[in-house]
Amino acid sequence: MSLGSAEVAKIAHLARLAIGAADIASYARNLSSILELVAQMNAVDTTGVEPLAHPLEMAQRLRPDEVSESDRRERFQAIAPSVEAGLYLVPQVIE
Amino acid sequence: MHTQTIAELAAGLRAGDFSSEELTRTLLDRIGRLDPQLNAFITVTAEPALEQARAADRRRAAGESGALTGVPIAHKDIFCTLGVRTSCGSRILDNFIAPYDATVVEKCQAAGLVMLGKTNMDEFAMGSSTETSYYGPTRNPWDLNAVPGGSSGGSAAAVAARLVPGATGTDTGGSIRQPASLCGVTGLKPTYGRVSRWGMIAYASSLDQGGAFGRTAEDVALLLQVMAGFDPRDSTSADQPVPDYSATLNDPLAGLKIGLPREYFGEGLDAQVAEVIEESLAEYRRLGAELVEISLPNAGLAIPSYYVIAPAECSSNLARFDGVRYGYRCENPQDLLDLYTRSRGEGFGAEVKRRIMIGTYALSAGYYDAYYLKAQQIRRLIGQDFRAALAQVDVIMGPTSPTVAFDLGEKVDDPVTMYLSDIYTIAVNLAGLPGMSIPVGFVDGRPVGLQSIGNYFAEAKLLNVAQRYQQVTDWHRRLPPVG
Repeated sequence: MSLGSAEVAKIAHLARLAIGAADIASYARNLSSILELVAQMNAVDTTGVEPLAHPLEMAQRLRPDEVSESDRRERFQAIAPSVEAGLYLVPQVIE
Repeated sequence: MHTQTIAELAAGLRAGDFSSEELTRTLLDRIGRLDPQLNAFITVTAEPALEQARAADRRRAAGESGALTGVPIAHKDIFCTLGVRTSCGSRILDNFIAPYDATVVEKCQAAGLVMLGKTNMDEFAMGSSTETSYYGPTRNPWDLNAVPGGSSGGSAAAVAARLVPGATGTDTGGSIRQPASLCGVTGLKPTYGRVSRWGMIAYASSLDQGGAFGRTAEDVALLLQVMAGFDPRDSTSADQPVPDYSATLNDPLAGLKIGLPREYFGEGLDAQVAEVIEESLAEYRRLGAELVEISLPNAGLAIPSYYVIAPAECSSNLARFDGVRYGYRCENPQDLLDLYTRSRGEGFGAEVKRRIMIGTYALSAGYYDAYYLKAQQIRRLIGQDFRAALAQVDVIMGPTSPTVAFDLGEKVDDPVTMYLSDIYTIAVNLAGLPGMSIPVGFVDGRPVGLQSIGNYFAEAKLLNVAQRYQQVTDWHRRLPPVG
């Protein structure tokens, strides 16, 4: 499995990662060699094998839908890059 | 004082031989003198540490102290620490002052342990050498040209160099056991779910597990006693009773059945490392254990399936770092997409970006069955291999890593070669089992670690098996050149 520059650029976009044009080729090379390693999985026939998502196969625990946390907005927003009036600021999205 | 184990330091504090403040000053002084060579710490919290030490001394004077009150430790910089930078070894969290404590940190504090600082690590725990840290690599106290292993390399190096008697770590594919092996210390990765992941920055949530480093199994037992237990705030935390890990440490090993997977002794294992491992197994035979050959037929598929599952989970977990709510934000973003992509592109290092992209690719439309589903099926086969083996034997043993510590820079530009360094550790995370590494000798002055793998929640057995070996050997007492 080998990835080309266009595919790497597309994956980078899906992952919301800015990758410099000069670096695309080395990412393509490294990602292709990782996918080659991963392709060793095809050596084994897994037809009918149930996929394992949780190592202990425990069921997801549920809890009552009750408020358990206090409001700590000020503390959390104190470490944000940009806030105003309790809101997180980002570049304008809607004209 | 610095050469004493946690158990010895706790006894010294109890007897009044020294105060926690004196002990803390001694170790802070060592960190100040020796860490510039090692770079084991990202942050040293000297002032808060001295305050915690004085508080511990007051608790002791008031008769309120516990078993470990006043003993200093360090936390891997992946555990959130209230009011203290929690960087995860990444530029994207370089300015992140955690607004809360991880459960592990809280429990350590409640036990009276004194935090000296936060240790260096591969960025977001993705690496086997601590070279991907934004803060520069940690060096191995046994040889400054060698890596300490990773990702918890700072914790392992700090314990080996006697900067701290114990430290926390996390292990997603070997990140406690491999650095323990390469630095010649004792490290335990508990069963998945044994230690709370709350406040532990997530890399691959179905594999991540917190654990501990010490110089002896006895010390690791003391730390695990503090760290382990059910946590309602972690939805994957195991609701299982925590045994007294120290109570069974000295149980005799007569009749213990040790399984040796032939896949862990074949091609790829360094011949000199193999010799040291054989020697340690002979010691176990002298301790009364029975050695039997076993097979883990799908062992060779562990790395390929891990490099689908872990990147897939990381691509999802690391989506939260977006330059909006906390952490690094790029300069002058043109629009929202630019803010996301440049904050992430500039904030993450190359290995993290590679894994996010592999995960994004594996989960993208049309590829799910070929990659993620296939990897999860193999994960079941690997789990079944271990269950079958552990039905026949009490513990499984083999080398922790195929080689001793490699040189800095040797593998950092070749991700696939780096990945193979975890060939014997990764399957244990896929199965969710506990695993441990103890020092059992040297090759060319660099330590060799023996890995033991136990059944689910059988940490006490692993600690017992390690302790009995350490009672008849002294590899764990050897002092590195820096230390």
